[in-house]
Amino acid sequence: MFAALTANAALFLGGIFALLLLASGVVFLLRRAHPERDYAELAARVNSWWVMAGVFAAAMALSRSLSLVFLACVSFLALKEYLSLIPTRRADRRVLFWAYLAIPVQFWWVHTGWYGMFIIFIPVYLFLLLPLRMVLIGETAGFLRAAGSLHWGLMLTVFNLSHMAYLLALPEERNPAGGGAGLVLFLMFLTQFNDVAQYVWGKTLGRHKIIPRVSPKKTWEGFLGGVATTTAAAWLLAPLLTPLAGWEAPAAGLLIGLAGYVGDVNISALKRDLGIKDSGSLIPGHGGILDRVDSLTFTAPLFFHFLYYLHY
Amino acid sequence: MARLLRFAFYLLVARPIALLVLGLNVRHRQRLPDQGPAIVAANHNSHLDTLVLVSLFPLALLPRLRPVAAADYFTRNPLLAWFSLNVIGILPIRREAKGGADPLKPCEEALERGEILILFPEGSRGEPEVMGRFKRGIAVLAARRPAVPVTPVFLHGLGKALPKGDPVLVPFFCDVFVGEALHGADDQTAFLAELESRMAALAGELPVPAQSEGLS
Repeated sequence: MFAALTANAALFLGGIFALLLLASGVVFLLRRAHPERDYAELAARVNSWWVMAGVFAAAMALSRSLSLVFLACVSFLALKEYLSLIPTRRADRRVLFWAYLAIPVQFWWVHTGWYGMFIIFIPVYLFLLLPLRMVLIGETAGFLRAAGSLHWGLMLTVFNLSHMAYLLALPEERNPAGGGAGLVLFLMFLTQFNDVAQYVWGKTLGRHKIIPRVSPKKTWEGFLGGVATTTAAAWLLAPLLTPLAGWEAPAAGLLIGLAGYVGDVNISALKRDLGIKDSGSLIPGHGGILDRVDSLTFTAPLFFHFLYYLHY
Repeated sequence: MARLLRFAFYLLVARPIALLVLGLNVRHRQRLPDQGPAIVAANHNSHLDTLVLVSLFPLALLPRLRPVAAADYFTRNPLLAWFSLNVIGILPIRREAKGGADPLKPCEEALERGEILILFPEGSRGEPEVMGRFKRGIAVLAARRPAVPVTPVFLHGLGKALPKGDPVLVPFFCDVFVGEALHGADDQTAFLAELESRMAALAGELPVPAQSEGLS
């Protein structure tokens, strides 16, 4: 049944669901202990985690192709949310249509394992093609802003996130322990775990604000506690799921902790610029899809290249 | 047969477009009528509006949902007429009544049958994402049937996804805000003003000012 998973990866997926069970148990006990308090937001958050983890786990367990389709859908939702939030010019409808078409093409390169094309398609070819399409339409008012903001979003939501998918295209024999799915699980889990760890550390010990102008709730204590926790978790998990050995394992955790934080505040800055709180309402208790994948947009390419340089 | 086709169209085409290709951010869904007779009044920017509004309702109500549409536009050729009448399930009305015929008669008959009318009081799609003034017809209809609730629904983003005069559908998340129902009254001007003001209040729930998407 778990054709696409190694034994370690399947075991780890089981561990994720055990953690979710624990989270649901904690919410249940909190509600029993404090019936007067409102835990609806927290409960919605945990329930959404169940749905996200369930869909993700099903795709990962069933087949590699299905996993790629799932990740392409995540990119599609993220790009759609981004383009729905930012001001776009009506004249650029056709250009936006081309930008959407980039998603299946980019994930097709991943599917065929054509690394050279995967790595330049969006940064080079689309970077040149989309402004050309805009020029052909001929609307020059707001051209720089339209071309710049479209490419920025495409890099973040399609190019960066597709690095997670390319982990599945790396040669399996270099990672007998976890396989391609193990790498995706490692990255995905640590990135989301880092978000939660930073939140929990900040909530319990947070006193000193770190960047109040961008994200007023973020503190030094949350940031450092989260990064330390993620580094430790990476150290423990790396032998199970990845070929990372020795110093590489905690270094990968440190990288994910730091990059995840920057990815998070990067989207916070975007939302603050646009004057909105949540990027959408797709995921109850979390906000929009960009609120959920914000950290991944930074951790995916950085973790990928760290691993690729060292082992592939 | 036509009924089955209509069911398949809304299940396999309209819903996937509304929920997957576009994606809807629905607020106050519980305010939608759960039975007929009722009137749903929405602003109109795109052919997608009808598909989105119908997909807000459970499929079991599909046979009762009737998008009110201009007969001259939707029955202008036989193929479109067949599709509009049988698959979309429109209730055709004549915008320019000639010879004293009552253009609202089909609407009243449908309400008598317990159907839910989907109405666009602006009359046509107009400029993308710009709300036009409401036409009087809805006030006349509501005044004749004061027991029937009129639920305002504000749609936003559909004019970006598929505006008038452009056949290419570009995916965007769209907002659907449902307002509190109101009832018709003899003072039609006051009714129209109230409907417009509820619509404006719903538009005010948007996080980003709706006008930010023009050229700037």
